[in-house]
Amino acid sequence: MIDGLIIMKRQLLQLIRLPEVLIFSTIQPVMFVLLFRYVFGGAIDTPGTDYVQLLMPGIFVQTVAFTVAATAIGLSEDMSKGLIDRFRSLPISRSAVVLGRTLGDATLNIVVLIVMGLTGVLVGWRPSSGALSIAAGFGMLLLFGYAMSWMGVLVGLSVRDTRVANSVVFLFVFPMTFLSNAFAPTTGMPKPLQYVAEWNPVSTMVAGIRSLFGLTNQFGATANSFPSQHPIAMSLIYIILIMVIFIPLSVQKYKKVSPR
Amino acid sequence: MLITAPAAAWETPNERANNGMAGAITPKPTATRKATEDRTATSRGRSLNGDFIGSEAIVITGEVIGVVIVSKKYAVVAENLVKTYGATRALDGLSLEVEEGTVLGVLGPNGAGKTTTVRILATLLAPDSGSAYVAGIDVNKDPQKVRELIGLSGQYAAVDETLTGWDNLVMFGRLYHLNANAAKERATQLLEQFSLTDAARRSIKTYSGGMRRRLDLAASLIIKPKVLFLDEPTTGLDPRGRLEMWDVIDELVKGGVTLLLTTQYLEEADQLADEIAVIDHGRVIARGTSDSLKKEVGGERLEVTVEQSKVAETAKLLSELTQSKAHIEEGLHRISVVAHGGSARLIEAVRALDAAQISPLDIGLKRPSLDDVFMSLTGHVAEEILEDVDSGAKNNKRGKRDKRDKRGNRK
Repeated sequence: MIDGLIIMKRQLLQLIRLPEVLIFSTIQPVMFVLLFRYVFGGAIDTPGTDYVQLLMPGIFVQTVAFTVAATAIGLSEDMSKGLIDRFRSLPISRSAVVLGRTLGDATLNIVVLIVMGLTGVLVGWRPSSGALSIAAGFGMLLLFGYAMSWMGVLVGLSVRDTRVANSVVFLFVFPMTFLSNAFAPTTGMPKPLQYVAEWNPVSTMVAGIRSLFGLTNQFGATANSFPSQHPIAMSLIYIILIMVIFIPLSVQKYKKVSPR
Repeated sequence: MLITAPAAAWETPNERANNGMAGAITPKPTATRKATEDRTATSRGRSLNGDFIGSEAIVITGEVIGVVIVSKKYAVVAENLVKTYGATRALDGLSLEVEEGTVLGVLGPNGAGKTTTVRILATLLAPDSGSAYVAGIDVNKDPQKVRELIGLSGQYAAVDETLTGWDNLVMFGRLYHLNANAAKERATQLLEQFSLTDAARRSIKTYSGGMRRRLDLAASLIIKPKVLFLDEPTTGLDPRGRLEMWDVIDELVKGGVTLLLTTQYLEEADQLADEIAVIDHGRVIARGTSDSLKKEVGGERLEVTVEQSKVAETAKLLSELTQSKAHIEEGLHRISVVAHGGSARLIEAVRALDAAQISPLDIGLKRPSLDDVFMSLTGHVAEEILEDVDSGAKNNKRGKRDKRDKRGNRK
């Protein structure tokens, strides 16, 4: 565990030595907030609710979902530079490096969410629930990001090149975040896609966060399926499921990995 | 308690154990080469306390005249390692041992299995079969314990480039379970030892190749390892960086570390190693000191390049002059002969050629290279594995000698 924290500290130290990384990893979500708020915000009709109230949970979830990319790219870089070999030759537990990496990425998520939240407030985001609910919402976001990070471990250790890690993740996460209720109502989609969108963990997360932030408008939820009726429970199930599957797989992969 | 039996009576460890003598050493011959003149066959076994010890049989003209017990302790032992990647047999029954406090240079071309060997010994990779012991500990059974005793420095500088040299060493120190103060103290010492103090607070990105390698080496020395593995420590360095690295390694060796070093350069093995193991296609094909290997290669060679029409004549002339067989590379119009006597032979050759009115395009003495060692040991030029995979079967049928033409292009 201590070893994991040392690896995590290394990642945070990187942010101090190379602050550009932190700056650019926060600029992108901030840019998304501004673009969606002012470009789509005018075009999407949201009776009874400001678009920005619906948008913010969507953008939060999208951002933490992309933790999978941060982790995958970071680990595949470490691997191509031989660092993973070095770590594996040290007398530390086989889970320390991947644990440290996921904790480091989770910490980075905290910073990013704070900056995004402040930007949101500047452009009119006002969550209407109590402080406790809001805190619970952010807690769930961090947990979801952490689960996604373990997916990233497996991807990062499996691909042979950082560029591949990047493309694989985008190919997978990009549709996942858009085939959801995050930015537009799912009611406009063809019926089969609506079902996909409703069962999509991103949708359940967005719906769950929206309700924790005090919103009732869920952008769709036409199919009356279990996930759309119990988004928080369903999200937690997804989070646990992802971790139960990917943590053992990732640690197993790390034990055997070799740069080829 | 020690065994003094002729080589023929050596038994495998299991047989020895069955005979109820497992308490002594259980030697078995590891040297598979023919016993010829003046060669010593070595054997080794395991003593009660788990140390590997060895004996040497003095063999003269094919007869074992006696076994001398030299209490050699082996810090690294690899037995019959096999590792395959798909159809490629990276290691094909590789065995080697490194005596405590000595340096073994593992010499071979790309793809010979050097890195795979190091990765197995350093617990990064499990072999398909075979066993390996580092400091008496089974690498497959107790890798974590092995990791506490070894240092590894790979082909590239495996350090965090974003961080400073100091950050890296402190981090690795902590990961070796030094407390914060001890880690900082050790970092300071190592930076000093490797002349990196001035660059300590700079990001690794600003380091030269040589500095990176030195830092990488420093990181592998944090716990003062019992056994150090250096995988091609100077590959990719410029000549100055290489010399610096040699100095640094030389210092370590003087400090008494057991070192297994891989390299593609005979010169490097020559410079740093007590003993050299030449490997090819995942097996050890020769072992010995640098001198004995060079003896096998035949020392310096005289190489002459002439116009095509003069090749045969020149070959005959040089062959007579040096009393040795001339090797002709047809495509390059190059003739080479073993030249005992060095520069004196060169002068004689120039005079003889002049007298025969042959004007060479190029003439010179060549010290034995890795290619020459290979040529002499295997009859074929060191091939790279990629070529093997591309056209393996074809090359094997065609006979390997003609590949020597490629040597001009080899790095």
